[in-house]
Amino acid sequence: MKETPLSNCERRFLLRAIEEKKRLDGRQTYDYRNIKISFGTDYGCCIVELGKTRVLGQVSCELVSPKLNRATEGILFFNLELSQMAAPAFEPGRQSDLLVKLNRLLERCLRNSKCIDTESLCVVAGEKVWQIRVDLHLLNHDGNIIDAASIAAIVALCHFRRPDVSVQGDEVTLYTLEERDPVPLSIHHMPICVSFAFFQQGTYLLVDPSEREERVMDGLLVIAMNKHREICTIQSSGGIMLLKDQVLRCSKIAGVKVVEITELIQKALENDQKVRKEGGKFGFAESMANQRITAFKMEKAPIDTSDVEEKAEEIISEAEPPSEVVSKPVLWTPGTAQIGEGIENSWGHLEDSEKEDEDEGGNDEAVILDGIKMDAGVDVSHIGSQDAPIVLSDSEEEEMIILEPDKNPKKIRTQTISATQVKAPSKKPVKKRKKKRAAN
Amino acid sequence: MAEAAGVAAESLAGCRARAARTVLDQVVLPGEELLLPDQEDGEGSGGAGERPLRLNAAARSRGRVVCGPGLRRCGDRLLVTKCGRLRHKEPGSGSGGGVYWVDSQQKRYVPVKGDHVIGIVTAKSGDIFKVDVGGSEPASLSYLAFEGATKRNRPNVQVGDLIYGQFVVANKDMEPEMVCIDSCGRANGMGVIGQDGLLFKVTLGLIRKLLAPDCEILQEVGKLYPLEIVFGMNGRIWVKAKTIQQTLILANILEACEHMTADQRKQIFSRLAES
Repeated sequence: MKETPLSNCERRFLLRAIEEKKRLDGRQTYDYRNIKISFGTDYGCCIVELGKTRVLGQVSCELVSPKLNRATEGILFFNLELSQMAAPAFEPGRQSDLLVKLNRLLERCLRNSKCIDTESLCVVAGEKVWQIRVDLHLLNHDGNIIDAASIAAIVALCHFRRPDVSVQGDEVTLYTLEERDPVPLSIHHMPICVSFAFFQQGTYLLVDPSEREERVMDGLLVIAMNKHREICTIQSSGGIMLLKDQVLRCSKIAGVKVVEITELIQKALENDQKVRKEGGKFGFAESMANQRITAFKMEKAPIDTSDVEEKAEEIISEAEPPSEVVSKPVLWTPGTAQIGEGIENSWGHLEDSEKEDEDEGGNDEAVILDGIKMDAGVDVSHIGSQDAPIVLSDSEEEEMIILEPDKNPKKIRTQTISATQVKAPSKKPVKKRKKKRAAN
Repeated sequence: MAEAAGVAAESLAGCRARAARTVLDQVVLPGEELLLPDQEDGEGSGGAGERPLRLNAAARSRGRVVCGPGLRRCGDRLLVTKCGRLRHKEPGSGSGGGVYWVDSQQKRYVPVKGDHVIGIVTAKSGDIFKVDVGGSEPASLSYLAFEGATKRNRPNVQVGDLIYGQFVVANKDMEPEMVCIDSCGRANGMGVIGQDGLLFKVTLGLIRKLLAPDCEILQEVGKLYPLEIVFGMNGRIWVKAKTIQQTLILANILEACEHMTADQRKQIFSRLAES
């Protein structure tokens, strides 16, 4: 299938987002995606997931005759394949450019850096040497294949165990796996590739580009380093002009990233070794999480219902009976009554009217804590008992009292606005109350 | 032909076919046969034997049962062709015995007539545009299939633009054809989608879930920010909000909604609403 074309709006959006330092998945500029390493049951088999990009690595070995000009060295063979399941665009005949580029980069990174001691692979000089073959398969393509592939290759090589061989004079004995434990390869250092994508002619830089970002990038810089800050390979593609300080900055970032990734790899290798030694379960079946299509269904949790009845009776006998709540309607004026309470009065508390009304207080009022009474509730009961019409005065001679902010704690429950207060405009509650007292 | 297939399938299926009603909302696998409710009595006699085809009106009184995606009619039973959960929808009013279908996970789109999809223009050749819709072949879109387009007045469509249209011809033997107008000649929301915004891909099941009539996800998303959103049945969603940050948040939420339970989603929405 042809690759899905990149639409103009996506390209524009991605470039604008990069200018604002935003990435599609919320990472920062120098952040890597989550790296997950899982091992298979055989030695030398691993799957590395860099975000959603997955690479499977497998190492195998064979005894062969050495090359004529290198009679005492073993042979290394690397092969990266882009499986058709990685992306719809990968078809058997169509991937040549990308494939050749990735394979060359991987070979330079691993072979030319001499990370594996090939002299130790020699069994009989000139006759028999070990040939180590590393096969990498790309299972899913979500950007940055080269990083994932290099991590998978080095992890698989570190994890691999070759059969033990002993040479006595002319006799060469190759022990099977049951006779003697297999022996790890001798690896000097772990080179890891770090990719940098450049945008807008080198103005913006991103580490570990995802597939979308790779589509819109101008150029790519790959630096292969080990944790001792030795550069093994460096390659710049895309034809962008890079300044010297940009390259130096990238190499510093690569140094930091490689140290982190190397630690992760060491930890994963140690964990796997521990599990194997203790006899626990290892392999892909254990390390990969089950993904079920019925993931949303809540499993019915088994509940022990053996002594439900006794427990229920205990709880009932110990519990207090619920209090009787009888709601008595409060009659404010003929035709208006109130049952229950509303929210607390938020008008603030008025010191003046407090003292006179303290001894009032019908039994209809709510429970008041702290002994502070809100006059709103108290006044209302007055009105309920009288039927005298309320005269509102607009006289300016009334004292102005400034309402203070609500000092009362929230615990106080008060009666809500009464009917008469609703009639009066809310900006002059105080005046109205004063008037009523005068009328009394 | 259907009878022969039915008999062959019956003999192949070693175990008894199950009643569709008993496996509702459970996972079914391809090759399973399901009995419709009015055929269950016949099965009580046991075994896969020949059952007389009922041609009388009594069988018809139950109404038509529609066989949805993932199921195929096989004789008088339903044969499952995709792996997923079996669903059933009661008929709204009156006729029909409802719809049965299989909810399966799929990302690869197969063009279906009448579907509204988002396509990317890949080429302009003569009178037609070639539009990539995610299927096996690019669909063809005539330049006259836009609202108000005439031979003199061509629509302004460039290579790489996003188009929202529907299929008028879509079968597995020919390249699909799409248009951007409905049968009355009005655009009805179709046509070229605006310049900004983000296009991303999700599974087909999620699109169907989001386009269901009473989808809570959409309502909650709508309360977060003002946004424009277009859903294509080929798994593509185009979304645009005021700022890039908001657009990215929306895109990530919609992608993640696939695997979140309702509670987790509510938590995330409440956290976003606060910030």
